[in-house]
Amino acid sequence: MSNELIEFVLVSIALLGIGIYGLAVKRNAIRMLFAVEIIVNAANLNLVAFARFMPHSGGQTLALFSIAIAAAEVAVGLALIIVAYRMYKNIDIADFRSLKG
Amino acid sequence: MADALFLAISVLTIGSAIAALEMRSLVYGSIALMGTLGGVAGFYVMLDSPFVAMFQLAVYVGSIAVLILFTVMLVKRELIFKKIEDPKRKLAGIGLMLIVILALGAIIMDSGIKTITTDSDPVDFREIGGDFLTYYWPALILMALILAGSVMGALVLARREDTIENEQ
Repeated sequence: MSNELIEFVLVSIALLGIGIYGLAVKRNAIRMLFAVEIIVNAANLNLVAFARFMPHSGGQTLALFSIAIAAAEVAVGLALIIVAYRMYKNIDIADFRSLKG
Repeated sequence: MADALFLAISVLTIGSAIAALEMRSLVYGSIALMGTLGGVAGFYVMLDSPFVAMFQLAVYVGSIAVLILFTVMLVKRELIFKKIEDPKRKLAGIGLMLIVILALGAIIMDSGIKTITTDSDPVDFREIGGDFLTYYWPALILMALILAGSVMGALVLARREDTIENEQ
């Protein structure tokens, strides 16, 4: 194993920072979903990296569960965005403040 | 030290993560997001977890990215190219990002993680299959139900109802 654990953790921290930046700054709902995906991937990378260096199979199993749940989350999130777009004709989350139909 | 392949994949991953958030067009943004997800799959291969890497490629790059592309296609053309953000919030966001990266980085660099290396063999993927079917089987069934439920929920949410069309 030529790479050390710290390198993977640093990449994961960078991805987490970028995701937090996206969530804080962007008001486009689809871009916020991108940011959430980037954060989830940072967490999964951490899980697999620590599982490799333990070594233990639990981390990989948990990462697989996490990937599957993220798929479900994206499907529901995109459906919500489509519904909101149909109602407000916009994907700016500042327009979604009033949730009345 | 990190080797060249690791550096290349990390530049690809982080660069396309920034591009996914900053590119003007949402279509190019989602293609850049595919680059990030593929780069993370490359990290999984480097970490000797080919099973998770294949899952990542199949689920993330294969289906989620395509799902996002189709949603982008459903949105009006001018909204795809419009950047919606406040300049003040952008500065604050960059500051927040730097604080998070520097603080977490300082904590990690200060901890004992820096010295961890391993010479042991990687976990066999057959072990993961065994885990799934023995210890984690209730979680597996629950996950299947959650997936089915969320897909049905997404279908119900996104269904075009006639009442909405009449109002327009």
